[in-house]
Amino acid sequence: MLDPFYPARPIEGMRSLSELRPNEHAVVLELQGGYGFRGRLAALGFTPGAEVQMLRNLSHGPVIVNIRDTRIVLGRREAERVLVTLTRNDDGSSN
Amino acid sequence: MAAATRRIRIALAGQPNVGKSTVFNLLTGLNQHVGNWPGKTVEQKTGTCRLEGATFDVVDLPGTYSLSANSPEELIAREYIIKEKPDVVVAVVDASSLERHLYLVSELLPLAVPVIIGLNMMDVAEQQGTKIESHVLEAALGVPVVPMAASKGQGIQDLLARVQDLICGQVYYNPSVPEIRADHKEVLASIQALIADCVAPTYPVGWAALKVLEGDRQITETVRLRLPKEKWEKMQALLRLHEDACMAVASGRYEWIGRMIRAAVFKPRSGQITLTDKLDRWATDPIWGLMILAGILGIMFWLTYALGSPVQQWIDQHIMHALATSTARALAPLPPWVKGLVVDGAIHGVGTVVSFFPILVIFFAVLGALEDIGYMARGAFIMDRFMHLMGLHGKSFLPLFLGFGCNVPAVMGARVIESEHARMQTILLAPLVPCTARMAVVAFLAPVFFAAPTLVSWGLLLTNLLVLAVAGWIISRIYKGEHLAFIMELPLYHLPNARTIALTTWQRLQSFLRKAGTVILAVSVIIWALSTLPHGDIDSSFLATFGRLLEPLGQWMGLDWRMIVALLSSFVAKENSIAALGVLYGADSEASLVTILSATLTPAAALAFLVTQMLFMPCVATVAAIRQETNSLRWPAFSVLALTLISLGAGVLTYHVAIALGLG
Repeated sequence: MLDPFYPARPIEGMRSLSELRPNEHAVVLELQGGYGFRGRLAALGFTPGAEVQMLRNLSHGPVIVNIRDTRIVLGRREAERVLVTLTRNDDGSSN
Repeated sequence: MAAATRRIRIALAGQPNVGKSTVFNLLTGLNQHVGNWPGKTVEQKTGTCRLEGATFDVVDLPGTYSLSANSPEELIAREYIIKEKPDVVVAVVDASSLERHLYLVSELLPLAVPVIIGLNMMDVAEQQGTKIESHVLEAALGVPVVPMAASKGQGIQDLLARVQDLICGQVYYNPSVPEIRADHKEVLASIQALIADCVAPTYPVGWAALKVLEGDRQITETVRLRLPKEKWEKMQALLRLHEDACMAVASGRYEWIGRMIRAAVFKPRSGQITLTDKLDRWATDPIWGLMILAGILGIMFWLTYALGSPVQQWIDQHIMHALATSTARALAPLPPWVKGLVVDGAIHGVGTVVSFFPILVIFFAVLGALEDIGYMARGAFIMDRFMHLMGLHGKSFLPLFLGFGCNVPAVMGARVIESEHARMQTILLAPLVPCTARMAVVAFLAPVFFAAPTLVSWGLLLTNLLVLAVAGWIISRIYKGEHLAFIMELPLYHLPNARTIALTTWQRLQSFLRKAGTVILAVSVIIWALSTLPHGDIDSSFLATFGRLLEPLGQWMGLDWRMIVALLSSFVAKENSIAALGVLYGADSEASLVTILSATLTPAAALAFLVTQMLFMPCVATVAAIRQETNSLRWPAFSVLALTLISLGAGVLTYHVAIALGLG
C-alpha cells in the first residue's frame, strides 16, 4: 500500500531537522528510529505534516524548535532523525 | 442524593508543566499525603477535599505526555485508570498550547472512565491573544470542559461542581473518540479480530488492538501470553508490514484534535513575540545563558553562606548546646552512661539532623523556585554540551550542582531525569560533588599544614570534579550503545508562586526528616556506643580497636588509627571528623587541636587525609536518600563500597606522590 506520508525515495528538499537554520520553517515528513523514540516524539506533536520552526541551532549540541505552540529541546542525534522539508523563512521568502 | 454522601474518587491527569500540582494543591490544601507509588520510585500524591457535604479523594497521577508504555510514569497513570477505575478523571490541559495537551485527552477518552477537562491557563492564552470558546469545545468533545486559571485560584469550585453533576448524571456525556488514520483502518480491524478473545478482561479490546499496533511492549506481552501460536505469528507478520503504524495512530489523534478545536479556538496570526521568547533570547544564548546560570548559582551559594551557615551556628550554639548542658545537669545524679547515651549519643544525633536544616531549606527552596519559574529546562539546555563528556545530558546538571550545597538534595533532585539509567548514573555520581560540610573540614585543616591553603582547597575541589568526570566517563563506557535521547519541553516562564514553593520545600524537608532523620539518629547512637564500650573511654573502645585493626592501611598514607577513626566517624556527617579528632587527641579546644595535629602529622599525610575525606563514602543522610530514591539496598551499598575504595586508593597515591615531591 502506498503511504502518501512515507516516501519510498527521497523527496526533493528533504533534510534532517538538525540542518535547519534559526527561523526557518519546515514540515515534518518522517521519524527514523525505534517505536519508543517515534512514539515519544509523535506524542509531542512531531507527526507527518506538522509545521516546525527552528529557534536555536548552533553547529553542535542540542537544538530548540517550536512545534504546535510548544518549545522543544532535541539533542542533535534526535534532531538528525527527524526528516523535514523546508517551507519558508521568517522573512516570507519561500523555497 | 446518593452522590452527596459517598466518597468520590478523582484522578488528576495531565502533561508535565500544565500546572497540575497547583490544581492539586488548591483542591487538597494541606490535606495531602506524599509517598511513592507501590514498588516504584515515582512520587505519589493523594489528598482529600470537601464540597457541600461530598468528600473527594484526589490522586495526582504522574505528569505524562501520553499513555504509551515508554516510561514508568506513563505505565503508572495508565494502569491506575484502567485497574482502579476512579469515578472521574480530571484531565488538566494548557489552554495556551491546547493542541498538544489534547493528545493525552485523546488517549484518555477511549478508556472506560468518565473524563472532565480542566482547561487551565486561560489567563495565559488570553494574554497571547488566543480566544477559546469552552462551550464549543465541550460540544465537540462531548465531555464537560471547565475554564480555569489555577495560578489565580480561578475555576476550582466550578470544576468540583461539574464533577458532582457528572457523577449524578446531570451532564450530557458522549465523548468523541479519535480514529486511526484512514490508511490503517483495515489492519487495525484485522488485529482486533485476531486478538478479540485473547485480551485480558481489564482492557477494552479495541484499545488493546490499537496499542499492539502502536508497538506497546506491555500490552503486546499480555496478548502474547494468551494468543495461540499461529494467530501470534499472523499478527507479527501484519505488524512487520506496518512498521509505520505508530505514526498513523499518532497522526489520527492529531487529526481528531484538529477537528475538535477548529471551531472553538481562535488564534492570532503567529509571529508575535511573547515574554518567554524575549527571556529565552538571553537564557538560551550560548554565552549569556552560561552567565545567567552562573549568576543564579552564585546567588544560591551566597544565600547558603550568608544565611544558612549563620543560622546553622546559631541553632548549634543557642539551642543544641543549651539543650545538651541542661540535660547533662539534669542527668547528673544518674550513672554516667545514661548521660553519655542521651547527651553524646541522642542529642548529638538530633543536633546533626537539625544542623542540616538551614542549608536544606535554602537548596530545596531554590530548586522549587527554579522549577516553578520554568528555568530548570533552560539550565539543562545550556549545560548539555558539557554533560555529554560524562555520558550524561543536560538534565543531570542541576541535580549534580545542588550537591555542592548538600548531596541529599542532589540525589533527590535526580527525579527530574526520566531515563532510568541516566537517573541512576546521576545518583551514583552525586556523592563525588564536594558538599559544604566537606569543604568546612578542608577550610579547618588546610591552613594548619599548608602555606597556601586556598590553592590546596581549590586543588582538592578540582580533584573531586576530575574523579567525577572520569567515573562518569567509565560508567557511560560500561553502558555503551545505550544512547540517551535528549527530548525536553521548554515550558513557558511564569511568576513563582510562593505557596507552591513553600509546600514542595516543606514536603521534601519532611521526607528527608522521615527517611534520613531516624537513620542519622540511630547511627550516631551506635557510633557513640562503639566509642564508649566496653570500658567507658575512647582509647580502649571498640571503635579504637577497629581503627587499630585498620592501622596498616593507614600507614600506607602516613595516618595513625585516630585519623582512620575520624574518617569513619564522618559517615554520620562529614563535619564530624573534626569533632572526632578533638576527642581522640584529647584536645580541649580547636586551637589546641591545631597545635597537636601540626606536631603529629606530616604535610604529605595531611594531604592524603584531606583527599581521602573529600572522596570518602557518602554520609548516612546521603546513603538514606540513595536508598529511598533507588528503592534498593544494592545501589547504596555499591556507592559506599566504590567510594571507599576510590578514596583510599586516591589517599595512598597522594601520600606517595607527595613524599616523592618532597612534602614528607
